[in-house]
Amino acid sequence: MRAFTYERARSPLAAAAAVAGKRGARFIAGGTNLLDLMKLEIETPTHLVDVQDIGLDRIEPTDGGGLRIGTLVTNTALAADPRVRRDYGVLTRAIVAGASGQLRNKATVGGNLLQRTRCPYFYDTNQACNKRKPGSGCAAIGGVNRLLGVIGTSDACIATNPGDMAVALRLLDASVETVDGQGKTRTMPIAEFHRLPGDTPHVETALQPGELITAVTLPRPLGGRHLYHKVRDRASYAFAIVSVAAVIQPDGSGRAAFGGVAPRPWRVEAAEAAMRDGAAAVAAQVFAGARPTHENAFKVPLAERTLAGVMAEARAENRA
Amino acid sequence: MKFDTPAGTNPIDRMKVVGQPHERVEGPLKTTGTAAYAYEHQQYPGAPVYGYVVGAAIAKGRIDSIDRTAAQHMPGVLAIVTAQDLGALGFGPLGKGDKNTANLLGGPDIEHYHQAVAIVVAESFEQARAAANAVHVAYTRGQGRFDLAQEKPNAKALTGSDADTATGDFETAFAAAPVQIDQTYTTPDQNHAMMEPFATIAWWEGDALSLWTSNQMIAWNREDLATTLSLPLEKVRIMSPYVGGGFGGKLFLRSDAVMASLGAKAVGRPVKLALPRPFIMNNATHRPATIQRIRLGATRDGKLVAIGHQSWSGDLPGGGPEVATQQTKLLYAGANRMTAMRLAELDLPEGNAMRAPGEAPGLMALEIAVDEMAEKLKMDPVAFRVLNDTQVDPEKPTRPFSQRNLVRCLKEGAEHFGWHRRLATPAQVREGRWLVGMGVAAAFRNNINIASAARVRLNDQGIVTVETDMTDIGTGSYTIIAQTAAEMMGVGIDRVVVRLGDSAFPVSSGSGGQFGANSSTSGVYAACVKLREAVAQRLGYDPERAEFADGLVRADNRSATLAEAAQAGELVAEGRIEWGNLSKQFQQSTFGAHFVEAAVDSFTGEIRVRRMLAVCAAGRILNPRTARSQMIGAMTMGVGGALMEELAVDKRFGFFVNHDLAGYEVPVHADIPHQEVHFIDEADATVSPMKAKGVGELGLAGVGAAVANAVYNATGVRVRDYPITLDKHLAGLPTLT
Ligand SMILES: Cc1cc2nc3c(=O)[nH]c(=O)nc-3n(C[C@H](O)[C@H](O)[C@H](O)COP(=O)(O)OP(=O)(O)OC[C@H]3O[C@@H](n4cnc5c(N)ncnc54)[C@H](O)[C@@H]3O)c2cc1C
Ligand code: SF4
Repeated sequence: MRAFTYERARSPLAAAAAVAGKRGARFIAGGTNLLDLMKLEIETPTHLVDVQDIGLDRIEPTDGGGLRIGTLVTNTALAADPRVRRDYGVLTRAIVAGASGQLRNKATVGGNLLQRTRCPYFYDTNQACNKRKPGSGCAAIGGVNRLLGVIGTSDACIATNPGDMAVALRLLDASVETVDGQGKTRTMPIAEFHRLPGDTPHVETALQPGELITAVTLPRPLGGRHLYHKVRDRASYAFAIVSVAAVIQPDGSGRAAFGGVAPRPWRVEAAEAAMRDGAAAVAAQVFAGARPTHENAFKVPLAERTLAGVMAEARAENRA
Repeated sequence: MKFDTPAGTNPIDRMKVVGQPHERVEGPLKTTGTAAYAYEHQQYPGAPVYGYVVGAAIAKGRIDSIDRTAAQHMPGVLAIVTAQDLGALGFGPLGKGDKNTANLLGGPDIEHYHQAVAIVVAESFEQARAAANAVHVAYTRGQGRFDLAQEKPNAKALTGSDADTATGDFETAFAAAPVQIDQTYTTPDQNHAMMEPFATIAWWEGDALSLWTSNQMIAWNREDLATTLSLPLEKVRIMSPYVGGGFGGKLFLRSDAVMASLGAKAVGRPVKLALPRPFIMNNATHRPATIQRIRLGATRDGKLVAIGHQSWSGDLPGGGPEVATQQTKLLYAGANRMTAMRLAELDLPEGNAMRAPGEAPGLMALEIAVDEMAEKLKMDPVAFRVLNDTQVDPEKPTRPFSQRNLVRCLKEGAEHFGWHRRLATPAQVREGRWLVGMGVAAAFRNNINIASAARVRLNDQGIVTVETDMTDIGTGSYTIIAQTAAEMMGVGIDRVVVRLGDSAFPVSSGSGGQFGANSSTSGVYAACVKLREAVAQRLGYDPERAEFADGLVRADNRSATLAEAAQAGELVAEGRIEWGNLSKQFQQSTFGAHFVEAAVDSFTGEIRVRRMLAVCAAGRILNPRTARSQMIGAMTMGVGGALMEELAVDKRFGFFVNHDLAGYEVPVHADIPHQEVHFIDEADATVSPMKAKGVGELGLAGVGAAVANAVYNATGVRVRDYPITLDKHLAGLPTLT
């Protein structure tokens, strides 16, 4: 870990201004991802602006009938909120499928959206990695990559976004609200938040330097069955090999988004027209153009099978 | 005390304290965080400073240069020690302990990835870590060999106890056998993944070196450290009173001890050093991967007539094989048999012992093959194993097993587990989306005895203190040693103090090979026999007739308390158990049967173990509570080995890629829902005065195959390549409806 300076901001604007005004400055929220990366010198900020005292830790109804979730709401609090559990069950299910109780107590909304990949070569500073060190190459291509991406990847990087919460937020058409160092606010759909790697895998989101996530908003509830199935090699405390978030209506129509397969939560809205035709029809469109590696080719059929399982579960719940 | 005739009746047979489910005597210390582990000790001269190791960034090649300018000037940095600096510190080139394969300090030659090349010592841990990252090492990469399958044709035969074996005429008998199995199985490299990392606090007082460290074998560690640093043995003191798991990884001297000692020499202060987790997987040892070919030939009525087991593994030049064929020499009857191991040279990190070395991966393969044979014969896998039991060493039929209750384990286990509900045809049982199956495997692990000594003291308060360099690696050594001394001296366990893990104490067996419990308590037994004599003499009693019970010594209508016996001064006795030829006369082994029920998600292929049962026959169980803990821990490790544990090799660059506990998955609680353990009531008088064997490795032997067989019974897809992850059977699962 490199030496760094530290301050605690008192307001969202002060926090954004503090980061925007200083090269190498970063926000720190729960610290569960950033500190690990700093210890390994994968991240080397020179200044940390702690945002835990800036408010933004409430969940409030919006005028549009949805919810506004402050960025500092912990994963634990968000998953446990009665409104979220009732109206956005897929979000609760996705969050509690992630990490561990202790980590979720610290993890925040904004930090979770910005968690970095779990590609093992990204974590080993002796290895080439375009995401960690632009231009150095990608050791994962041709190496151990069973858990890496199958779609949306590039010749520069095949890493996945490892998050669970983001998959549910993508499914729910959430929006991300931000403020920058000048106090300018903007709102962007979650679909535009995470970027595909292309030639610049180190650029992972649409955020500008110093831009602070203030909240995530959810549109009005969708009804239907809310399901999240996370497939992994052990029963808990592991990142997704593949995950499926779905909201399925009694007539079989609905939405599906996939985690563990791509550099961002993977959802193809056009494919959802086929939800009533079954998982194969949906998956064929969602994974059209997939470029898996030899080791992770199984993820494509696995994603389809996982979706089939989720659909079967929704049908069973409807009968019950 | 030489143990060369089977034990008669002795004080242990009273089983008033031994054999009782005593709680761990050191349990409260551990649960309150007051048992100090290697990195936590406070007893040394002066304030400590902190070390951090720099590891090689390549697997094979040479260091061209080390640029330490930036690091040297960073805040708090006190010293940087590399192989180039040994002379300046007054050391010659480092020696190598006879149990180490790779050098613990590399340079200029690099033998494996993350081989230590430098230690940075600084005032704080953070400063040391930051400076270690700023040491710039330039390398020239060499050509390495990293792929076992590719090196297999170059693998060499071995000699001594690792040489090929042959009995009868395997090839002819196999070729003629009406029912045959010929399959290849693979097991991956595995890591011990113990909780406590390798850690040491080292300091020098003049030319004497002392270490708080975390090690299973105090005497080995001391000898190998003395050899490495060219010190006289008596100048080295090793203390390791608590060990947070080792599983064989801490049998040997490792880089933490050597690097901390060098760092301490450089700065003249105690140096604390723990290896960070992402470094351990490639810096320390691992269980080597195997490729195993098993051929079984049987008659139509299910008698094995040919058993052949070949295994290939790899290690650094000068290393050894994974002895995966070991159990196959002894587990089943069959007149014609062969085993053969071949060792390839690989430039991966050092392979070495991990819990149940040999048997763990060997049985993972053999016990699938046996299941495959039973299926081919249309026989129940329990009945097939029972039919092929042997009571004698199959290679030497005049040599009986000392005690062999494998058949009882299998039958009682089957009964208790509800084995009759298993359907022989796989993929027949569905519960909702789950496919459900049951599997069985035999467990087998040889008994090993190691010479072991102890000192016992009796003071005027009647307190018995045991001192031995035996370690407690989380197994319960403190407790069973206290029980042994209490039984021998006729006092309650609360009157016994046990002090372990210090090279100032008599040399014990140490902890490994499941020999620790039986060997170390036998050493304590030997010492207590001497102490009883000393007590009787002091009291003027006839030692032959003195009885020790209820805190009293009685003989010929006289009696005295133990405290009274020591009024005139502390009584001290030392004893050592040595082993005669009984293990040659008798084959001494431990046995068990593992039963597993597993469910497989028919959509995703995810595998979840539902129930596990182990029935064991392992001699006298010294403490059913600690023995059960050993078993359930081992069974948990077996599930890990079967379903998830694998050090993933980058075959281009030669290292284990998933080198932290996020990437190297071991089971979590949710993976282990229900475990049951039964011990068959035994006492084996041929093994020791304690009549006990070990269970710590038996619990792991065979579990993986029982899981694999249960998964097969659930799905009908046979996976022979561990770990059995969902991608390996997904395509064969029943089609979705
Ligand atoms: C062992 C382990 C297992 C895990 N398993 C899972 C899992 O299974 N599934 C899963 O989804 N996640 C998992 N995680 C990741 C975990 O969810 C994230 O670490 C956590 O959500 C990050 O939140 P944080 O508040 O701690 O972020 P921090 O570590 O504080 O910050 C992360 C990043 O976000 C930036 N940041 C934080 N807040 C803001 C803001 N308001 N505006 C702009 N930038 C901001 C920081 O600068 C930093 O770059 C795991 C983590 C660990 C350590
Ligand atoms: S896949 Fe991406 S993160 Fe992984 S090594 Fe390649 S560039 Fe780095």
